[in-house]
Amino acid sequence: MSEITPRERMVLAAARRIRDEEIVFCGTGISMIAAMAAKRIHAPNSVIFFETGAIDSRLMELPLSVGDPRVVTGASVGTGLVDSFAILQNSQTGSHVVAVLGAAQIDPYGNLNSTCIGDYWRPKVRFPGSGGASDAAVFAARVMIFMRLEKRRFVERLDYFSTPGWKSPKDEAAMYHGRPDVVITDGGTFMFDNDSRRMYLATYFPGNDPRSIERRVGFELDISRAEEEPPPSDESLNHLRNHIDPQHLIL
Amino acid sequence: MVTLKKQSKVMSAREAVERFVHDGDLITFGGFTITRNPMGLCHEIIRQKRKDLHVAVHSQGQAFDLLIGAGCVSVLEVAYGGTARFSPGGGPCFRRAIEGGQVQFEDYTNFQMTLRFLAGAMGVPFLPLRGSTETDVVRKWGIPPEIRKQNPKLPEKKLATVINPFDTSGEGNLIAVPALQPDVALIHAHQADSEGTVRFKGLTFTDVEQIKASKRVIVSCEELVDPETLRRDPVQNQIPFFMVDAVVPMPFGAHPTACYGYYDYDPAHMKHYAEMAKSEETLKTYLETYIFGTRDHEEYLSLIGEDTLNRLRADPDAGYAPGLDRSGE
Repeated sequence: MSEITPRERMVLAAARRIRDEEIVFCGTGISMIAAMAAKRIHAPNSVIFFETGAIDSRLMELPLSVGDPRVVTGASVGTGLVDSFAILQNSQTGSHVVAVLGAAQIDPYGNLNSTCIGDYWRPKVRFPGSGGASDAAVFAARVMIFMRLEKRRFVERLDYFSTPGWKSPKDEAAMYHGRPDVVITDGGTFMFDNDSRRMYLATYFPGNDPRSIERRVGFELDISRAEEEPPPSDESLNHLRNHIDPQHLIL
Repeated sequence: MVTLKKQSKVMSAREAVERFVHDGDLITFGGFTITRNPMGLCHEIIRQKRKDLHVAVHSQGQAFDLLIGAGCVSVLEVAYGGTARFSPGGGPCFRRAIEGGQVQFEDYTNFQMTLRFLAGAMGVPFLPLRGSTETDVVRKWGIPPEIRKQNPKLPEKKLATVINPFDTSGEGNLIAVPALQPDVALIHAHQADSEGTVRFKGLTFTDVEQIKASKRVIVSCEELVDPETLRRDPVQNQIPFFMVDAVVPMPFGAHPTACYGYYDYDPAHMKHYAEMAKSEETLKTYLETYIFGTRDHEEYLSLIGEDTLNRLRADPDAGYAPGLDRSGE
């Protein structure tokens, strides 16, 4: 088997952090692959669902959007956004939900920008917008975030604050179920300090060291707790390459 | 417009747009990113050169981007503008319009937009949701209050924070989003009958709420079916006949986006569009070729070609085209 790529490492690091019997709220792209891998490898009782209304999707082929017809086939229920967001918010089901999100920028507290770079009214670069991510981050019990490890993405101050993380932890406590739990990148994973709520380096992937990761982050980073991420098994890599994304649509 | 008299509402896309879509209208599209965009109806709006449209949507892709690119739109209210993997940085025309300051725009979240349509459908002025009041979605308004006051189609406020009246502790702040009642909803459905009863056979997204919130409704459909067929199993139908103003039979009416159970999205065409839409010049060529160069959707489809359409046809069990080459090459 050829050597594992950083993106494959990233997906499998995310997959192993999805727990069995969790309800997984998936965005488009890499988060879907992670959810599919988790379900195949170690979390057969996880439930994949999409804001578009597909609940417990089987995903025989990799969808290219949460609106892809592939999310519907064989699902338990096919409905719409009102019902789907109700699952996130509902006091019975919401506590089981892990939301897997991506963004363009992240700050030390896990707040996200998926809207623009530069001035909001006349941005240098405009992105699609928050979609359902901002809602999911508030409603889900647990949030996992995917980010490419780049200095321009890990910033002290967001250009636009689309999606709440740990900003002012006391604010609106009653309104939240959960907060960001882990940030997964192509160099390693990050978690949040229980007291300060700032991001720290939790694990680094083989081939990276904590100092090199620190240099790819645009804010002060605690690397004192970092450990090496255990390698994924050949079996899980095989699932990924041969069954989940054989057309290399995302990987 | 509610029409209780049972009559045939079947008409061409040209007639439907002529009668029900006017310059300056607040319009909304059904579907989601790469599925069930009302493309045939959108093309017709472009052919008829409607202008100053105000578009309010949740997550919209192909139709939305094309209409902006064709210069038909002046105001946007939106949660997500793009076709996911086919335009990773966002819809090219959507981006250009905002970066170039060519449109007024306002950002909401998907659930906020969904609740705005639901509020419009229910006839209540707003609906509340949980959310952080610290995000820029709440704090930064794309369209300032003084401009809102001059535009009767915009609520005075983007949104507001409200106190939960059932919790006196003061910890129950909620975000209230204003109801939306579009002038026109443009929807592509799976089946409809001539009187306007509609059946969706895949995910409904927010189409049902969008239809019920709107003053006028144009539905294009894959199949025009007999009313008795739909009425034999009414719980499978979502829209009562009297809410629909025009029924436009239009096979492959969502191409190049997908229609679950009927056909897949067209990866090569989606990619082709994303490339062409990157500059004003090449976009112009795209518009000339596929829209101004064709009289109607049938002519458009003949440009796409029967071979391509056959490749996209859904397998009846899967609802999409299994094994379709989706690399877009």
